[in-house]
Amino acid sequence: MTLKEGKTGMTLKVVSIADSALKERLMTMGMTPGTRVKVLRSAPLGDPIAVRLRSYNLALRREDAEKIAVEQAG
Amino acid sequence: MSTLAVALTGNPNTGKSTIFNELTGARQKIGNWPGVTVDKKVGYTRYKNRAISIVDLPGTYSINARSPEEKIVIDYLTNNKLDLVVDVVDSSNIERNLFLTIQLLEKGIPVLVDLNMKDEAKRRGIKIDVRKLEDALGMPVVETVGRDHKSTEKLLSVFTETVMNRYNVSEQVQAHIEKVQAIEQSPDLTESQKLEQTIEARYDIIDKIMAQAVSLNQASTSTSEKIDKYLANGVLALPIFLVILYAVFQITFTWIGQPIADVLDELINEDFLDWSKDAMAAAGVADWMQSLVADGIIAGVGAVLTFVPLIFVLFFCLSFLDGTGYMARIAFIMDPIMRRCGLTGKGIMPLMMGFGCGVPAIMGARALDSEKDRMVSILITPFLTCGAKLPIMALFAAMFFPDNAANVVFAMYIIGIVMAIVVAKGLGATIFKQEGSTFLLELPPYRIPDMKTVLLETWDKGKGYLVKAGTIIFAASVLIWVLTNYNFDGPTEEMSESFMATLGSWMSNLFVFHGFASWQAGSAVITGILAKEAVVSTIGILYNAPDISTEAEDAAETAQTLLGTDMSTAFTTMSAIAFMVFTQLYTPCVTALGTIKKEAGGWKWMSFSAAYMFVIAWLVSLLVYQIGTALGF
Repeated sequence: MTLKEGKTGMTLKVVSIADSALKERLMTMGMTPGTRVKVLRSAPLGDPIAVRLRSYNLALRREDAEKIAVEQAG
Repeated sequence: MSTLAVALTGNPNTGKSTIFNELTGARQKIGNWPGVTVDKKVGYTRYKNRAISIVDLPGTYSINARSPEEKIVIDYLTNNKLDLVVDVVDSSNIERNLFLTIQLLEKGIPVLVDLNMKDEAKRRGIKIDVRKLEDALGMPVVETVGRDHKSTEKLLSVFTETVMNRYNVSEQVQAHIEKVQAIEQSPDLTESQKLEQTIEARYDIIDKIMAQAVSLNQASTSTSEKIDKYLANGVLALPIFLVILYAVFQITFTWIGQPIADVLDELINEDFLDWSKDAMAAAGVADWMQSLVADGIIAGVGAVLTFVPLIFVLFFCLSFLDGTGYMARIAFIMDPIMRRCGLTGKGIMPLMMGFGCGVPAIMGARALDSEKDRMVSILITPFLTCGAKLPIMALFAAMFFPDNAANVVFAMYIIGIVMAIVVAKGLGATIFKQEGSTFLLELPPYRIPDMKTVLLETWDKGKGYLVKAGTIIFAASVLIWVLTNYNFDGPTEEMSESFMATLGSWMSNLFVFHGFASWQAGSAVITGILAKEAVVSTIGILYNAPDISTEAEDAAETAQTLLGTDMSTAFTTMSAIAFMVFTQLYTPCVTALGTIKKEAGGWKWMSFSAAYMFVIAWLVSLLVYQIGTALGF
């Protein structure tokens, strides 16, 4: 699955990020394979979404979240 | 002893600027980094007789030299001999903050790590063992709270006592550096593979350091999370935003800004004007000089100065909101709407400033990530109804639509906003088609803003407007006075025979099909390019009512005065609307154009902005007039 499909409250684990303009910046901001990401909420109009990773909150658009492959974290 | 040279570096939202402001107070110099439009802040202080100079480097998440800010940080740190580089780290967000720390160490830049906001980290269940962190990094570590006096004192004493060359990176960090060098030199990897593996290696060592020195116990939901349930989520988020926006404009234009502006207006345009007239008369100053000073300079500069409180109050509100962390939430909730308009959520803050003054709004576009977002924002900002255009709209609405004045003014705001959106979409589909717009934004915890920082920021942004009043408006006032009082034969009593009348009637040829082809309107269009503040005063002078107020709130009174002049017959309701639409949309004032040249990088964009806005204004105004008259209005 991708981060875009993550529901509010889910904790997920990053598997990989597809090549995109934002890939390097996402990784710099801590979105590396193996990182646990919690889906916090989406903005009132459904996009963007807010996630929590490495003890801070990050907002990203759904189209970018779609490029991030994740799995359920144990 | 020589001056101790210190540089502050760190991520955004770490309280770095607050520390800088607490350490140096008002002893700051704000300049520009060579070649780029990023503020360079240098401050000075003293501790136990040691002079200390502190540079506040731009806040960055990394130093990959991708953005101008990142390039500045790495260039400054590698090219200057510094006694101390301080890496300000937000303790409650230490994990991601360490990324920059590790990158600095890789570059061979030893740093003093300042664990800031330790109180906030404690509240959020994050415990950092300072000794263990020092061992894990091999670098000195100090804890601060941010804005309290003790932290400032402590930092200064640590600054003077720390001798950086006593420190060497720890074994594990040294091993990491070698690993990164091996990745860099590996012949089998592509550039992007190298980059990704390096980033992963950095987070690997960070995970190790976290395990050694930090314990996380984040069971309870933080206050920020609770607040975000309402401000960043759910049905109430957008209405709350509108209420806050409304409050900002009320504070600026009704509650605080305007009352101060009124007092200032009375002082300058009545008391000071009368006093200077009397003083000049008593001193036997020549008549022409008296007229230049009183009618030209004091009237012109005074009109701008009375506007200064509004600008400062608006910027204070926006800086305050930024300090609380709410601005990031506005960007978050508004992104989908802004995107549909061809912009990005982060662009909302600079655009909001555009309702005050376009100059800081254009400068504010620096904060946007992508070149496309920056350029589009710069080019559309001048369509908005800045505070100087408001009196024009208010006056014409009061004169020609006395029963519907507020609605007509509101309609002009809407026309400006709609035009900005249409052009943003147009630019995105043509000139900036290739480049994408991006949105990746940290949502920092809510915080009580540091007042010193808010005030310094307000001053910093508002200063641009003061400088404008002091220089360009001053020059424009003198120029307008000369143009209206002279012609080729020398001084003239009759305004209709002045240079201005000649220029105005040339200009008016362009508006034959717009219904306002008078030399007076043509002249107002010309002076409006010098400064939008000058449009109402020009009209006043040219219709022989030189003493009218140029403020929006006096519009009804001013309208009464002008209705008794030729102006009432020079415009029909339709041509008045056409004139309002035109002035709302046409070429920005010279100050804004100068700012565009600086921010967008060159004469090309400045000329483009001046020309395309004139053309668009001309076309829209023509359409409005022709359709309106055809429909029988």
